[in-house]
Amino acid sequence: MTTVSNPPLTYSLTELMTVTAAREIRDNEVVFAGTGLPMLGAMLAQHTHAPNCLIVFEAGAIGSRMKHLPMSVGDPRTVRGAAMAVGLAEVFTYILQAGKVDVGFISGAQIDRYGNINSTSVGDYRHPQVRFPGSGGSCDIACLAQRTVIIAQHEKRRLPEKIDYITSPGWLTGGESRKESGLIWGGPSVVVTTKGVLRFRPTSHEAYLASYHPGLSAGAVRDDTGFTLDTADAAETPIPTAEELHILRNVVDPERVFLK
Amino acid sequence: MSSKLIGLAEAAKLVPDGATLSLGGFTAQRHPMAFVYELIRQKRRDLYLFGHSPGGDWDILLGAGCVKRVELAYEADEAFGTIGPRWRRAVQAGRVEWEDYSNFGMVTRFQAGAMGLPFLPTRTMFGSDVMAKAALTAEQRAADPRTSPQKLAVIESPFQPGEKLVLLPAIHTEFCVLHVQKATENGLVRVEGQTFADNLQALCADRVIVTAEEIVPEEDLRREPERNLLPPFAVKHVVHVPYGSHPYAVYNYYDYDPRQLKEYHAAAMIDEDFQAYLEKYVYGVPDFAGYLAAVGGPGRLDELKADPDFGYSPNLKRRRLD
Repeated sequence: MTTVSNPPLTYSLTELMTVTAAREIRDNEVVFAGTGLPMLGAMLAQHTHAPNCLIVFEAGAIGSRMKHLPMSVGDPRTVRGAAMAVGLAEVFTYILQAGKVDVGFISGAQIDRYGNINSTSVGDYRHPQVRFPGSGGSCDIACLAQRTVIIAQHEKRRLPEKIDYITSPGWLTGGESRKESGLIWGGPSVVVTTKGVLRFRPTSHEAYLASYHPGLSAGAVRDDTGFTLDTADAAETPIPTAEELHILRNVVDPERVFLK
Repeated sequence: MSSKLIGLAEAAKLVPDGATLSLGGFTAQRHPMAFVYELIRQKRRDLYLFGHSPGGDWDILLGAGCVKRVELAYEADEAFGTIGPRWRRAVQAGRVEWEDYSNFGMVTRFQAGAMGLPFLPTRTMFGSDVMAKAALTAEQRAADPRTSPQKLAVIESPFQPGEKLVLLPAIHTEFCVLHVQKATENGLVRVEGQTFADNLQALCADRVIVTAEEIVPEEDLRREPERNLLPPFAVKHVVHVPYGSHPYAVYNYYDYDPRQLKEYHAAAMIDEDFQAYLEKYVYGVPDFAGYLAAVGGPGRLDELKADPDFGYSPNLKRRRLD
């Protein structure tokens, strides 16, 4: 018997995170995508396992089928070939607030153990040390998508015990607190970070480490986290397939706008 | 109907110091940049801006010292610059008064204004500090009657006990300036691609100034009225400004200019470099024609021209700019 051994796959961290995020999208879902990695992920999903997902952008494109990677959620590249081109009010009111978005993508500068996100400022809110752009649509996506996928840089100071400002509400203080606040559906389902994947326990809604990226260990990821991270169920993050990498590099982002 | 056409400098002179103003577009698309540069050249001061997701249109106004107070959801150029450098500095140095909302929140506020209602209810912002905290103090609110006395209010639905809603106050501005693809001399307006919130911003303003890539005959726009943006009474003045959104994209006309955006973001990080940028592209040129020459003239602009099959320039070099 002869065995054919393929050369081992090599991939970048951005590629691993994009593939991991793309796999969170299921076929036929309505996807609310943001700039950067979520766009790569949504396009990859559309070209692989979720050909019928409906990609929606807050600036007004609905059902986009991009030939070129956008660099903005209002990019002209989101328009031609889309099902509709409207405006922010239509997307936010009739699609997001009406509960039609299955999965929304968000990110931010700080995130806590309940998936609450800060993309507003660090320090005292009225006299901040560092100011960020602000919510944009993130707060709305966090409030009104059926579930959210969060993209985060995994560093101790970016995953602290307490964030300085809640721009985008996650599970708030855990338990039933999200529902009690007035948010009757939704909540974060996963956090894809530069070091691993966090998910949330069903009742407490506290984050735990579901997987660590190849080359790291559960302990190393825990040590780089500012809050106490349960690693009991952690396994290694599944790596990209050759097909996913091929499509990502040759179809989704051949210009290397975002891919590294 | 008589002609509403006026010149760019004349149009910018209509907006006085201290005016409330909203600008059309979204992050890196269809901002009325030629108008913005003219406001800066005319040294406009103490503007009070309302927006959802502005980009460099606000950033350069903030940096040039034209702005006193803003209400917004976001200020950056997305992948071209994930923070507006002058917005960041203005906040950190205490040089601007601001209030944070979400994009849906700001759009709902424009919608309420456009509908002639004092507020509209939404389901967004619960549990967030966007709802819980206000950046403007009670004294700052009281000092300007054009600011809503309260950031927002939470009520229980009168029809569904226990169901909570966030009420967002309407926006009303003295001016709104849009940049669009096509307009007629008498103020019919055609936007192609996404409308962003341009229609709502226009309908809650006293005076709307439209800058347009092309001035077209009225019968052209009346042939497909379902594609027109606003009722004729909404638009007061029309200005013909080809490339009037540069360095931002106008669907079907031209793409964003990654090289210019990179130059802006690099310059805007450093005070002296930002002043040099203003000198080179705004103060140091007499008008928008001078600006277009300074950014590279017809050679550069041709590279940005939209391919009719796409609505943008598919071969544009636009690798990540960091």
